[in-house]
Amino acid sequence: MTNTKHNLTSCLLRLVVAGGGVLLFSSQAAFASEASGVTNAAAPGGLLEAALFYFVALVAVVSSLGVCFSKDIVRMAVWLFGALGSVAVMYFLLAANFLGAIQLIVYAGGTLILLVFGVMLTSKSPWVKFECPKIEMLFAGIICAALLGCLCIVLTDATWAGTMQVVPGASVEAIGKILITKYLVPFEVAGVLLMIVMVGAAHLARQDD
Amino acid sequence: MTIGLTHYLIVAAIMFVAGLFTMMTKRNAIGILIGVELVLNAATVNLVAFDRYMGPDRLDGQITAIFVIVLAAAEAALAVGICINVYKNLSTVDVDRANSLRG
Repeated sequence: MTNTKHNLTSCLLRLVVAGGGVLLFSSQAAFASEASGVTNAAAPGGLLEAALFYFVALVAVVSSLGVCFSKDIVRMAVWLFGALGSVAVMYFLLAANFLGAIQLIVYAGGTLILLVFGVMLTSKSPWVKFECPKIEMLFAGIICAALLGCLCIVLTDATWAGTMQVVPGASVEAIGKILITKYLVPFEVAGVLLMIVMVGAAHLARQDD
Repeated sequence: MTIGLTHYLIVAAIMFVAGLFTMMTKRNAIGILIGVELVLNAATVNLVAFDRYMGPDRLDGQITAIFVIVLAAAEAALAVGICINVYKNLSTVDVDRANSLRG
């Protein structure tokens, strides 16, 4: 009984911690739209931006590690919520306001709910095996650590071709215009794909014989 | 104390590797799906960061990120449908037990 209580309390605590990153977005939206109005590319933000970035980066990293080390599928979903919310705040920091809103609506509102429903519908199973053998975990850890090390070395050493100029953020209007001019064909293909997915999902979910 | 492109890329790299580790070690199909979502998010962060800091034609990265989000949503919908069908047939979503197509 106490164990259950403890689990519930820790889950709620983590939910609050993860939600803290998301709650920042409303204040951040105002800040980002103000910053995007500045055409001078020299100093976008300064100390406030840096502090917010480090906080959000910490939330993102802790949530990602929580996803890959938690033993319970519902906890994984909660940690994923923290990661998705902090990514949304990162979009606002990058002056991609529209993408931040899309991230919150589609991922946190749609995909995550879908995953939680999937968890609920498939949770009762006589064969409960969640983790793989230790030896496989060891191999996976070695591969992932090597990949992370290589990526960090490359990323910190690289000098990018362009100068690190910060351009003003784009408005939703500009995104809409480019979406129906330059990217019209991918836009239509995405529409066809969504229709195919809708038909496929209906086909998968049908009740037959 | 300015935040540069590299900061965002490092955070995205950590998220990517965490998602990869999740995909490799979890045996629950929906757990694997959660790992895929993490990897896609890391890729999208990369796209938006490059778009912000490097692109002269700066909307390309954001548009690509929108398409990635569309594809991720479609993929999640279909994958959850497949998981539920697997559960209906096998009474489990353990990926090691879905081996009827093994040669």
